[in-house]
Amino acid sequence: MMSLGAPGAVAVASNMCHKYPKAMIGTYKRWKYGQVDLKLAATMASTAIIGVQIGVMIQKHILNKWGNDGSNLYVSAIFVIVLVLVGGYVAFDAYKLAKGGSDAPEKQTSPLAQAMQKINLPPMMNFKVAKVRISAWITIPVGLFTGMLAATIAVGGFIGVPGMIYVIGASAMVASATELGIAFVMGLWGSIQWGLSGLIDIRLSVLLLATSLIGVQLGALGTTYVKDYVIKVTMAATMLIVAVSRGALLPGYLSKFGLVAPIAPSTAAILESVSFWALVAALGTAGLISSAAMIKGMIADRKQA
Amino acid sequence: MATQQKKSKPYLSTIIYGALSITFYAVVFSNEALVTETFTRGGIYTLYPVGTAFLFSFVHGAFASNLLSVFGLEAKK
Repeated sequence: MMSLGAPGAVAVASNMCHKYPKAMIGTYKRWKYGQVDLKLAATMASTAIIGVQIGVMIQKHILNKWGNDGSNLYVSAIFVIVLVLVGGYVAFDAYKLAKGGSDAPEKQTSPLAQAMQKINLPPMMNFKVAKVRISAWITIPVGLFTGMLAATIAVGGFIGVPGMIYVIGASAMVASATELGIAFVMGLWGSIQWGLSGLIDIRLSVLLLATSLIGVQLGALGTTYVKDYVIKVTMAATMLIVAVSRGALLPGYLSKFGLVAPIAPSTAAILESVSFWALVAALGTAGLISSAAMIKGMIADRKQA
Repeated sequence: MATQQKKSKPYLSTIIYGALSITFYAVVFSNEALVTETFTRGGIYTLYPVGTAFLFSFVHGAFASNLLSVFGLEAKK
């Protein structure tokens, strides 16, 4: 949107105002398929909103102290650290599942989640769809970090989904569906904030909705044909390629602070182009893996019918 | 299953929601100046953009859902 000429804040505000209805439709669809744990979504969203406040405060502090370059360096560094660590772990887990067969391990809960579920610290919460009983004190940090990440890199799901899988113990299917509910609450709340400042250009929002409402529903029905580990493979691939995209920008930001030797303009141009194409590759890869899995699942289903 | 009745495709709903959706888009873009001026006043006027996004998601979302069904793209039962 910014490349089309919209000012930064208007682009962010209008994008958010298209994200929350999209998340709402996605949540509704996946709730109908029995994948959304509404109670878990509400619990996580309430703490995520607090996390967003903390994230915004940190961002403002960094912006005031180190300016735009500092802010860019901070955002990119968080992007790379979170995506490499979390994406790497998800990739490892998906590899184990794919190797060991795709059906049996779906119900397996991570050792960390099993340990967390044994902590009997009231209030205990029962999440029926996720089939998890866990202390509310465990869900709070996961929600907080989801919100903080959303305020920092605009995609809280990179923490929210793995957090719900590996810390709380939900399946990838339930976690990814529940994340849509969290995104809806956070997006609605954020859109109201932007709207109060009069920064939403509704024309941009409804234009984005024209295609994304088809995409989100296609994605939702696609999940009914794929196995749990496919969601993990898609998530890991996206996270690791986006990490490359942001990582390519790090040397440039570091050099502005004199933390590494200055970079030649030709090298900077190459790194910027690596960053752009890695992002395109991430989107393409996610689309390809999920579409291929969906088509394969549909063909198998029709053969069975 | 041979005994299962084949579900009819929602052609009529797709056309109705599609027409409604096109009308909504036409209303917004043929009154761009008024819409932009009113929707960006801030304060209580926040209800306009937020409510419009809701409305579009219901109407255009219903159209999209029906369209996918017409193309035979349904969730696994």
